[in-house]
Amino acid sequence: MMDGAKFDDALTGEQKIRNFNLNFGPQHPAAHGVLRLVLELDGEIVERVDPHIGLLHRGTEKLMESRTYLQNLPYLDRLDYVAPMNQEHAWCLAIEKLTGTVVPRRASLIRVLFSEIGRILNHLLNVTTQAMDVGALTPPLWGFEEREKLMIFYERACGARLHAAYFRPGGVHQDLPPALIDDIEDWAKNEFPQFMEDLDGLLTENRIFKQRNADIGVVTEEDIQEWGFSGVMVRGSGLAWDLRRAQPYECYDEFDFQIPVGKNGDCYDRYLVRMEEMRQSIRIILQAVEKLRMPENQGDVLARGKMTPPKRGEMKTSMEALIHHFKLYTEGFHVPEGEVYAAVEAPKGEFGVYIKSDGSNKPYRAKLRAPGYLHLQAMDHLTRGHQLADVAAIIGTMDVVFGEIDR
Amino acid sequence: MSDALKELGAHIEMQRPDCVIGWDVAYGELNVDVALSNIVAFVDWLKTDATCKFNSLVDITAVDYPERAKRFDVVYHFLSMYQNHRIRVRVATREEDVVPSITPVHPSANWFEREVFDMFGILFSGHPDLRRLLTDYGFRGHPLRKDFPTTGYTEVRYDEEQKRVVYEPVKLVQEYRQFDFMSPWEGAEYILPGDEKSKANG
Repeated sequence: MMDGAKFDDALTGEQKIRNFNLNFGPQHPAAHGVLRLVLELDGEIVERVDPHIGLLHRGTEKLMESRTYLQNLPYLDRLDYVAPMNQEHAWCLAIEKLTGTVVPRRASLIRVLFSEIGRILNHLLNVTTQAMDVGALTPPLWGFEEREKLMIFYERACGARLHAAYFRPGGVHQDLPPALIDDIEDWAKNEFPQFMEDLDGLLTENRIFKQRNADIGVVTEEDIQEWGFSGVMVRGSGLAWDLRRAQPYECYDEFDFQIPVGKNGDCYDRYLVRMEEMRQSIRIILQAVEKLRMPENQGDVLARGKMTPPKRGEMKTSMEALIHHFKLYTEGFHVPEGEVYAAVEAPKGEFGVYIKSDGSNKPYRAKLRAPGYLHLQAMDHLTRGHQLADVAAIIGTMDVVFGEIDR
Repeated sequence: MSDALKELGAHIEMQRPDCVIGWDVAYGELNVDVALSNIVAFVDWLKTDATCKFNSLVDITAVDYPERAKRFDVVYHFLSMYQNHRIRVRVATREEDVVPSITPVHPSANWFEREVFDMFGILFSGHPDLRRLLTDYGFRGHPLRKDFPTTGYTEVRYDEEQKRVVYEPVKLVQEYRQFDFMSPWEGAEYILPGDEKSKANG
């Protein structure tokens, strides 16, 4: 390790330097949001890190207590705004667990498809901006172009580029137009693999990128348990832990994909894992597209019942449907009493929703468990003894987004 | 899945009868109620026991029930990556009780406990650094308690004359709207005008 602890040369009075406290952020481009770090430095070596979070705290959990389950759904988009639909997914799964709703097959496939698009959205942003933190400028420019295409897919599915509110309790809001499915397939087959090759060529064997990332921020199996890591932070260290495989939700168990793992648990391995995960996501997307076209997977995308709105056409003729629609969007649906925890493998790690319901139309308490929260917590542990410049690399590799950490 | 959890619950109760007050399996999840004083020993046991092996702390949060004598439930979620199962541990606590911190067992509890302290005002003994975490520097009150208004007490704006940010009491242009959607025929508590006598007679 590079912790200058063994520096016991003879010192003259001028050479004696005391530790230096440095305030990093909250408005620093490498802080990936509004993170304030109070760094205690011994020369260039980090002695202690004290992250101050909460600068983006909006009181989401408090607000959720006074809104109905459906009104709360868009708040989930605003947590990890890099991959919004993955967050919604956890919320819907928690409600479906409480109410015992079975999601129609087609909706389930669409959810998988868009979860994987979200994963690519996230990893693209993370890999490329982490490269920017260590000095490369081209990757983010290229990566954001691909992200743009993906956000257009979001837009074509639900009308919003970022705050989708597309996954609903009981399914997804609308069916996908066939042209969109074709375009997603075309993108996944013909455009994205080429981009991945380009990005690979830019970064993977790049000397500077390797020097800045290899052997930096090493995570061991013990760290994972002590600090409650999840997602790529675990897989980068060689543990094949993925909720999509370990505790399958939705219909992930019928998809054929591999879980990439790293070997050394450093920033460079996590970069490699993310790159491979994007390729695996493409595999899942292609399978999902294939399945979406099968005749047996056509049909409704919402579990019709009290949780979901009636069909538009029905509302024109049926009084009951009209009342149902009105009651659903004012009072909202009631959820049975109880408490559940539902987790998904969000791109950043395990994103969980804990709902305590008292049987009314609003959650009595909702807790959002963000993966980045635990990763950032270990900042002090991981950066101790590293150079100041490595702090940026480690924040980048931990994949923090303050929307979900501060909530 | 549910059978395995029931077995696990029985195993936990048999091994640690002093800690476990009750347990059940609901919605495919195992809930265990634990006495306040035993929580650290119990969590440590959960981590080391070969059948449980709950190595990873997933979440700590609290739920406020103002009408209960033991006002708060502190809720712990654990995950075992080795055995692939989850558990929820609940501890009921009074407002003035101090909960033993589990940071010696799970260092990752640090921020979770800080957050619970910040949001609910529950104190943790033995915590290395129990400061506020998410709220503003110098914030007063505990926002997630049920008696804390959603609007808060102070608001912040930039003052052009003083050239700095100033704190002021919240001024609402209109009342904070709390819609009551409870339909009168579903057992609402209030009495509709004209219905005053109907209950008294029947």
